[in-house]
Amino acid sequence: MRAEKVSRREWLKLGAVGVAGLSGATLLDLAGRGGARGALAAAGIAPPTRGRGHAGSHAGQEEAMGVVGDTRPEGDFDPGAFLTHFDYGTVGTRADGRTVRRWDVVAVDREIQIAPGVWYPAWTYNGQVPGPTFRCTEGEILQVEFTNAGSHPHTIHFHGTHPPGMDGVEPIVAPGERFMYEFEAKPFGLHLYHCHTMPLKRHIHKGLYGTFIVDPPGGREPAREMVMVMNGFDSNFDGDNEVYAVNTAAFYYQDHPIRVGVNDLCRVYLVNITEFDPVNSFHLHAGMFRVYRTGTRLDQYELTDTIMMCQGERHILEFSLEHAGMHMFHAHQSEFAELGWMGFIEAVENLAADGGVPVHRYV
Amino acid sequence: MSEGRPAPAGDTAGPAAAAKGGEGAGGGHGRRWMLGLFPVVLLAILVAVFVRFDPTAPFRAAFPPVEELTVERVSFPESGVMRIRVVNGGPEAVTIAQVMVDEAYWRFRIDRDPTIPRLKGATLEVDYPWVDGEPHVVRLVTSTGLTFDHEVAVATESPRPNARYLTTFGLLGLYAGVIPVIIGLLWYPFLRRIDRKWVHFYLSLTIGLLAFLLVDAFEHTLEAAALVPEGFGGIGLIALGVVGAVVGLRAMGAAAQKRRGEAVPGLTIAYMIAIGIGLHNLGEGLAIGAAYALGEIALGSFLVIGFALHNTTEGLAIVAPVADEKPAMWHFGAMGALAGVPTILGAWAGGFSYSPTLATFFLALGAGAIIQVIIEVAKLVQRAWPRGLLTPLNAAGLMLGMIIMYGTALMVVA
Repeated sequence: MRAEKVSRREWLKLGAVGVAGLSGATLLDLAGRGGARGALAAAGIAPPTRGRGHAGSHAGQEEAMGVVGDTRPEGDFDPGAFLTHFDYGTVGTRADGRTVRRWDVVAVDREIQIAPGVWYPAWTYNGQVPGPTFRCTEGEILQVEFTNAGSHPHTIHFHGTHPPGMDGVEPIVAPGERFMYEFEAKPFGLHLYHCHTMPLKRHIHKGLYGTFIVDPPGGREPAREMVMVMNGFDSNFDGDNEVYAVNTAAFYYQDHPIRVGVNDLCRVYLVNITEFDPVNSFHLHAGMFRVYRTGTRLDQYELTDTIMMCQGERHILEFSLEHAGMHMFHAHQSEFAELGWMGFIEAVENLAADGGVPVHRYV
Repeated sequence: MSEGRPAPAGDTAGPAAAAKGGEGAGGGHGRRWMLGLFPVVLLAILVAVFVRFDPTAPFRAAFPPVEELTVERVSFPESGVMRIRVVNGGPEAVTIAQVMVDEAYWRFRIDRDPTIPRLKGATLEVDYPWVDGEPHVVRLVTSTGLTFDHEVAVATESPRPNARYLTTFGLLGLYAGVIPVIIGLLWYPFLRRIDRKWVHFYLSLTIGLLAFLLVDAFEHTLEAAALVPEGFGGIGLIALGVVGAVVGLRAMGAAAQKRRGEAVPGLTIAYMIAIGIGLHNLGEGLAIGAAYALGEIALGSFLVIGFALHNTTEGLAIVAPVADEKPAMWHFGAMGALAGVPTILGAWAGGFSYSPTLATFFLALGAGAIIQVIIEVAKLVQRAWPRGLLTPLNAAGLMLGMIIMYGTALMVVA
């Protein structure tokens, strides 16, 4: 900062303008890209760059807490877009009339950004961590064409019910080889997939995992839907995570709050794939949520504001926020929260259905 | 051990000059210079080839960069602010991407581009609500995700160079360094009046004191060197300091010898001891000042008394060689200042900006000086007694010197 010849006070002022700009830009932000930078540019301010104090936090009292620089990762992975994006694959019909859904998955090695300026040598499905969020309906036939373009052998192990041969433990797919996973989608609920090659710890924490949603045949109530994968990164490979997050980028949703409408039904597909730590958790401020365990029942739930989950556990959370304003959410392990797993959901009055997190309607 | 060995500078200059003269007769100055510069030119070409074509590129692509960051100092300039001085001692530039304090990310300011070139440093500031009297752990996260930790044993507001702390450290140096040395010098009249045999007993005792100090100095030097960023080569610095001090003091002794005949005069040796002890006390002052500033020691009166007792014996060491001479009074003042005042300077420097690199160098200089001083004092004893340090009385003096130092060192438990 001293190098920039800008006093700290001046920076805080810039930050305050930045906050205004960011809030105005969040709508654009989730729909497209570059909202924050655009808004800052419109306000005549250079966007925060790596290494400069980034005072554009939405959390007044947490100003000094967090990371320096723009939390939007460089490259093509955008946690804002990932949050609300579902990959339905390509749909076809089999001879017997059943719907067939097909995805192509390629394992590749790739450096990803896990916090501003911090790069991690990941193993990925389709070049992103978490991998794509696969979504289908119970009873469909699923075909996953897996190509291993990485440097190590990998598999895809889906949770759910299917023949053991399609379970992703055997065969192990060597680099350069392919395998077609084919099974029926069941039961409905929230599942996940991950690599099941030994050493398991490394294959998982390097980034080979993703969300697998099987919708009930009758669908669910329309809601603003989002995917949150609780993950962590051991950037110095000492067996302990340096970064915790939902959807990879530390503090991303703290600096880019998620927008929903007041009283709108919101649905979070929450998956825990955090490596090394036995549990992770989710806590929502200023509101309560319904927990549908593994999403496999439509009528049984629990009302709470904090849920603890083992690695591999996943639940569907539903809530409506009664009051306008910033609702913090984070792991209720303070350590994880302060190492990146912290964010905001901003409830806004009269938000249009296509503004903020899109409303998902079942057909 | 000592007799008649000519000054090394004069000794080696003769044959070297003769050799040069012989060669010069063959080809003149131009040819001689060419022969001297030829390897340098070859080296320059080699460097140019490496810079231009980079034959090591394939290695670098295959391995991740080796990063090495060293936190030299964490200070607490005011409540809620933490200042981190970091040096890149590794072979490659390192980018500081994020900073964790106590396992949490905190925003930071940096006084330069966060990519720190090799052997360069940076100062970071974090608005962290540190807790007085409690430990904190700082962790720097680089762009490759590697981490470098530094533990602050006890956080306490860092001294600022204001009147209060200048006085504090000044008095500390005065009590621990200057006054005790001067008190030690006051043994001079006593030494004048005793038998020659006993003078050599005290000279041997001085050697004992210095031998203990030498071991102590090396211990501190190695401790400081362990904190030196890798690229600055802590052990190399020790060699530089030790050899530098030995050579410097020898040259000084040789200069005095030329003027006054064969033996190095006692006064010169006394000055050499004063300088040697002064260098040692500079390093010691650095260590005390830094330890105090970093909250690692509490400066109780017990500690100061310990240092004072310890250093009083250093005064004795200075005056023992001049027991046979009668130097002017101002020499005592000068020698006392040379030996004691560096403690104050060291405490100031250490308290306000401690650098392990500088501390290592000065401590090593002190150690080297002590080595040379021991040699000179041993020569004095040797000259008077054929059996030198091995007479029962002298041997007893030597051992007693070490025991006194050990005893007084017990009081300095920092």
